[in-house]
Amino acid sequence: MKRLVFTAGCLLTATSAMAQDSSGTPELTVYTYDSFVADWGPGPQIEEAFEATCNCDLNLVGVEDGAALLARVRLEGQNTDADIVLGLDTNLMAAAKDTGLFAEHGQSPDLDLPISWDDPVFLPYDWGYFAFVHDKDMDAPKNFKALADSDTSIVIQDPRSSTPGLGLLMWVKTAYGDEAPAIWEGLSDNIVTVTKGWTEAYGLFLEGEADMVLSYTTSPAYHLIAEEDASKTAAAFDEGHYMQVEVAGKLASTDQPELVDRFLAFMLTQDFQSVIPTTNWMYPAKELEGGLPDGFDTLIQPEKSLLLSAEEAAAARDAALDEWLNALSR
Amino acid sequence: MAERAQPLSARPGWSAAALVAVLIFGALLAVALRAETGRGFNAADWAALRFTLVQATLSALFSVLLAIPVARALARRRFRGRSLLIALLGAPFILPVIVAVLGLIEVFGRGGWVSAALGTLSLPPVQIYGLHGVVLAHVFFNLPLATRLVLQGWQEIPAERFRLATLLGIDGWSMFRVIELPMLLRLVPGAFTVIFAICLTSFAVALTLGGGPRATTIELAIYQAFRFDFDLGRAALLSAVQLGLTVFAGGIALWLARGEGFGSGLDRGLRRFDGKTTTARCIDALFILVAAVFLLVPLMAIALSGLPGFADMPGQVWTAALTSLWVAALSTVLLLCMALPMATAIATERGRMVEIAGLLGLAASPLVIGTGLFIAIRPYANPQAFALPVTALVNAITVLPFALRILVPRARDIMARQGRLGLSLGMAGLPFLRHVLLPRLRPQIGFAAGLAAALSMGDLGVITLFADPDVATLPLQIYRLMGSYQMEAAAAASFLLLILSFGVFWLLDRGGHRHAET
Repeated sequence: MKRLVFTAGCLLTATSAMAQDSSGTPELTVYTYDSFVADWGPGPQIEEAFEATCNCDLNLVGVEDGAALLARVRLEGQNTDADIVLGLDTNLMAAAKDTGLFAEHGQSPDLDLPISWDDPVFLPYDWGYFAFVHDKDMDAPKNFKALADSDTSIVIQDPRSSTPGLGLLMWVKTAYGDEAPAIWEGLSDNIVTVTKGWTEAYGLFLEGEADMVLSYTTSPAYHLIAEEDASKTAAAFDEGHYMQVEVAGKLASTDQPELVDRFLAFMLTQDFQSVIPTTNWMYPAKELEGGLPDGFDTLIQPEKSLLLSAEEAAAARDAALDEWLNALSR
Repeated sequence: MAERAQPLSARPGWSAAALVAVLIFGALLAVALRAETGRGFNAADWAALRFTLVQATLSALFSVLLAIPVARALARRRFRGRSLLIALLGAPFILPVIVAVLGLIEVFGRGGWVSAALGTLSLPPVQIYGLHGVVLAHVFFNLPLATRLVLQGWQEIPAERFRLATLLGIDGWSMFRVIELPMLLRLVPGAFTVIFAICLTSFAVALTLGGGPRATTIELAIYQAFRFDFDLGRAALLSAVQLGLTVFAGGIALWLARGEGFGSGLDRGLRRFDGKTTTARCIDALFILVAAVFLLVPLMAIALSGLPGFADMPGQVWTAALTSLWVAALSTVLLLCMALPMATAIATERGRMVEIAGLLGLAASPLVIGTGLFIAIRPYANPQAFALPVTALVNAITVLPFALRILVPRARDIMARQGRLGLSLGMAGLPFLRHVLLPRLRPQIGFAAGLAAALSMGDLGVITLFADPDVATLPLQIYRLMGSYQMEAAAAASFLLLILSFGVFWLLDRGGHRHAET
């Protein structure tokens, strides 16, 4: 009986899966993170715009987050269904390259990032700055040292299970180098708690559990534009802000190389880029012809952009994590 | 143990147990075989192991210790709303972790209601983050369930025992010692183990409320091994340690929980004649009140924050709700197909290993099981196509230990009381099942099915690994909404989930009751 039910369930789902793509149009499969494919994310609009020009079926598959995305591709290895992976960041790039699963993109795009970009394997599609978000009616500290000395409470994410958490680790490491452990020790009494991911942390902040939460400089734009709530802002730190550059890469095993190249080129056109700010809440990698949406002008502009190269980030990661664990586990 | 004839065969139960074991260990093996590198245990892992054990032990201990007086009070008292309260006791357990945590925080957090109330008295806010916060959350999750399990023990004492005790003038403490204590000694170890196993695999709760990396559990170490280091060997090793701990705890509990039942009664409605003194009444009332407030206030917080956005939820939420209902239905069917034969096998006293196999599902890391199944399915089919059936199956296996806790004691009593009679009447096999076992197990079947459906509604589980953009369960949709800042819609969806979970639970649970006494 049990087996019958299970088989029936499997048959149902299998037939629905086989019903796709019987028309013979080529299919391009892009693995990305969950929030990208959601109704309110960039996915649906981008799918529509690309399919209008490509005569193909763009299949966006959402996997939890950047780290899960990479783990998924590694699990599938050479015979992955993905043609493109979109949604890794610079902290994951070195590990992604080491798998040998990615091919060079062969494009020389003209980008508008605060830093120069010449990576042969990965192409950026958007970027943002990590920052602590807080309510406007609070005097925020101006840097990590001031934060450590203040009694401002913060909630952060665990670097072992989330990309923002790892970004903060790199931020402190890049800004302070050997001084990083001392900074973390100073911060330990400000940290209310460490969460599994961005979602839990932001939820706690909105519940009023902490004065500030680690997020992005663009977070207040969401509240302003989507909720007409101008009460949130991000704290500008004078050490500079660490960047998150989100990238896409081509899988060497793809059976649609031309289509992949077309998509990667399309990724840096206005059609794709103009969707990003108000769906992914990040900055576009190419300047928009109509400028950024209203409300983005209210955001803080960091004086300095910090970013480790993929290789530096990979080299620094484990030691930085150990320092973080030691400082906060006491 | 001498083998004596039994009206029902234990073979189907053994097969079901074997299936569970094969699934869990097969998934684990699939992960281990894919391992490329492998790092052994280091100091951080030992620390994680220690913390995991401490928090799981404390959580299970407090849940069970508190459950005893609450269940006793509920068993002795009759009041308006009692059955609703008992039904509500299933609710906290069926919420996705993040929803329950945010509900708890709204009440007990630094910016929560309790802190605000203390603030008006110019007292400092509550400090919820730390080991005590983790234990508090786990007790919130598990106390209701523990109470239901213990309450069931009370309800299985034959009514004649209480009559006799009353005739003999036994009341209060002696009543506890003579009748209730032996029952508790049989029942509590099992309840403890199940809750211990749940808390063992806790990850998001422990981390969020633990206040920092001190609160690293084995499950987080597994997550790190898999996501951060892509060290599958380590993930499999840590998962095996988790399983080992549970099997060990389960073995001890089963050994402790041996003991004789109460013998047979005449299936009369239960009436209590004890606990009539004012002191007893006050104590009972106090325990019921405290438990009700502790459990219901956070649920109310979830409901209140969900109301504003309820009218304009995105359409995807409703689709997801339907998907979740479908998964819950499938999961419930699968659970009953496994749990009933297994419970029968255990009740025929040849099923110690079956009972241990039943515990495996709880202790297995969802991440490792999901990954293992993913690896196993992938060469033959697109795992995405299996997202829902696999989710339903894994959910069913997760509920299995609870279902066995619920079904086994009663099944054992039925076998002991009616087994020989059934045999002498030549009713072995299907007739016995249809006319004796199933009718008498109805309330327990209803409760177990309700739990399976509700847990399956609220579980995020393995679906995240198999995620298909077009198919999302409600908990996954809630996470997606939260992940893109849409907290109000997420709160509304959480409220919907609460209603649905509770609805299916209540329907099935009440469906099993023929009279209000059980």
